[in-house]
Amino acid sequence: MTQIALSSLYQQLILEHYRKPRNKGRLPAPTVVVHMNNPVCGDDIQLHLAVDAEQRVTAATFLGHGCSISQASVSMMTVRLKGKTLDEAMALADRFTEMMHGSREAARDRALGELRALQGVSKFPVRIKCALLGFDALQEAAKRVRAASAASESDGG
Amino acid sequence: MNGPAAPAGARASERRSRANAFAAAVRRDFPALQQEVNGKPLIYLDNAASTQKPDAVIDAIAHYYRHDHANVHRGIHELARRATEAYEGARRKVARFLGAADAAEVIWTRGTTEAINLVASGWSHTFLGEGDEIVLSTQEHHSNLVPWQLAAARAGARLRYLELDGEGRLRLDQLPGLLSPRTRMVALSHVSNALGTVNPVAEIAEQVHAAGALLLVDGAQGAPHLPVDVTALGCDFYAVSGHKMCGPTGIGALWGRRELLDRMEPYQGGGEMISVVERDHSTWAEVPHKFEAGTPNVAGAVGMGTAADYLTGIGHAALAGHERTVLEYALDRLATVKGIRLFGPPAAERCGVVSFLLDHAHAHDVATILDAEGVAVRAGHHCAQLVMKHFGVPATSRASFYLYNDTEDVDRLVEGLDRVNAIFG
Repeated sequence: MTQIALSSLYQQLILEHYRKPRNKGRLPAPTVVVHMNNPVCGDDIQLHLAVDAEQRVTAATFLGHGCSISQASVSMMTVRLKGKTLDEAMALADRFTEMMHGSREAARDRALGELRALQGVSKFPVRIKCALLGFDALQEAAKRVRAASAASESDGG
Repeated sequence: MNGPAAPAGARASERRSRANAFAAAVRRDFPALQQEVNGKPLIYLDNAASTQKPDAVIDAIAHYYRHDHANVHRGIHELARRATEAYEGARRKVARFLGAADAAEVIWTRGTTEAINLVASGWSHTFLGEGDEIVLSTQEHHSNLVPWQLAAARAGARLRYLELDGEGRLRLDQLPGLLSPRTRMVALSHVSNALGTVNPVAEIAEQVHAAGALLLVDGAQGAPHLPVDVTALGCDFYAVSGHKMCGPTGIGALWGRRELLDRMEPYQGGGEMISVVERDHSTWAEVPHKFEAGTPNVAGAVGMGTAADYLTGIGHAALAGHERTVLEYALDRLATVKGIRLFGPPAAERCGVVSFLLDHAHAHDVATILDAEGVAVRAGHHCAQLVMKHFGVPATSRASFYLYNDTEDVDRLVEGLDRVNAIFG
């Protein structure tokens, strides 16, 4: 790991989201709340999503604490989620995961928006888990919303 | 005490230069410390998690496998004799290291965790019943908590907790109130792995025994750093890990008082631990073999025995004195770092462990930036979540020192933290 890698890890945009996280707080009427923690380091987040009948994310917020990487990642993720369908949100999670695993092509994808600032994390294998914590919560949230809507459809039919 | 005392500053600087000469000599024995990490000379400050190994230990393990390996206690042939002698010889070395009068009181385990599980399982089976009480503290490593939670759940027993004060000392004023006629076991650490606090074991043992209970000491951070004499400490069980005292991983030991070990149920069944096997029951071998089912970690035992001799050769008093000098210097220097919060008691009451937080940077980010400077520290809850809860923090950074660290290592740590502050401050 070089000093250049270290400065690419702690970019200003990441530090800025860490100091002033976006969308931090509870939703008054969340469709789903997912709690995720990393027992190894104590990082802990709660993701709140409001999802409408068309399975579109109308609001995303989070609570919790952790290192700059986990907090900046989930903060940027909530910004990016608003207005996306669950399918689009899952595509975003897949793309971000590819970037974490070193894909340069994913790191150039404008669909990731500010999240691209986190590409330096891919050079720090022990920190990738931190960056993925919010996306793990997102995947669990999507799974629960889909399961609930499948259950209510089969109830109705 | 001849002549006038030197000024305090001069004495401290003399002590520091002696400590640095001591560490420089010791470091030559440790090949892993001769490397660069991320382009910088390695400064290894994660000794509370695991220590590095001297050539003597690495060579003893290699020599055993190259020349003397066979299964122990089974063969009539020459190699079986040598392996058995190496294995039992190592047991005598660890017994001497712990001040045990009888080597049969030393049982090989995979480490401190297994040693505590052995007691929590084998002792509780016979001696822990419904409504009985076990006293723990919120200072404990998870390995001295979870085995007792499991044992208490099986027996219907109750766990009670000794709390900590603001500097991470045990609240011993609470102990009389916690000990009751139902107390069967008190299980405490000798030295806190998260804070470095040294607990007054001998004083606690007297109170525990007066209440008719037993005392188990988690010595994972004790024996590697302080002179240990289990007889003088007055405890009933003492658990240690090889890898935290310059030995290999996967080996550790439980020392227990013979009359207790004799009356305990085996921990696991299998070969080696039996006397006579019938169709529906068996009788047990004598201690220590009763607790050592299956082919043991002979090479690990050889390595741990060699590590015990290595540390004895250096001298426990010299080692503890050296660590104290480095620790005092570290506490002084770290206190000057901007925005730092230090946890734990004053140097006189602790071993070479310093847990800390910076105002603006998370423990994980601190560890990553220090790593880029070649400085290895631990970040997280240190398997002591009750300690973290006590201080109301999710995690800390922890620097922990050993015989090969010196004050220049502390300087590198402090420079690294200044770098963290430059990025996050």
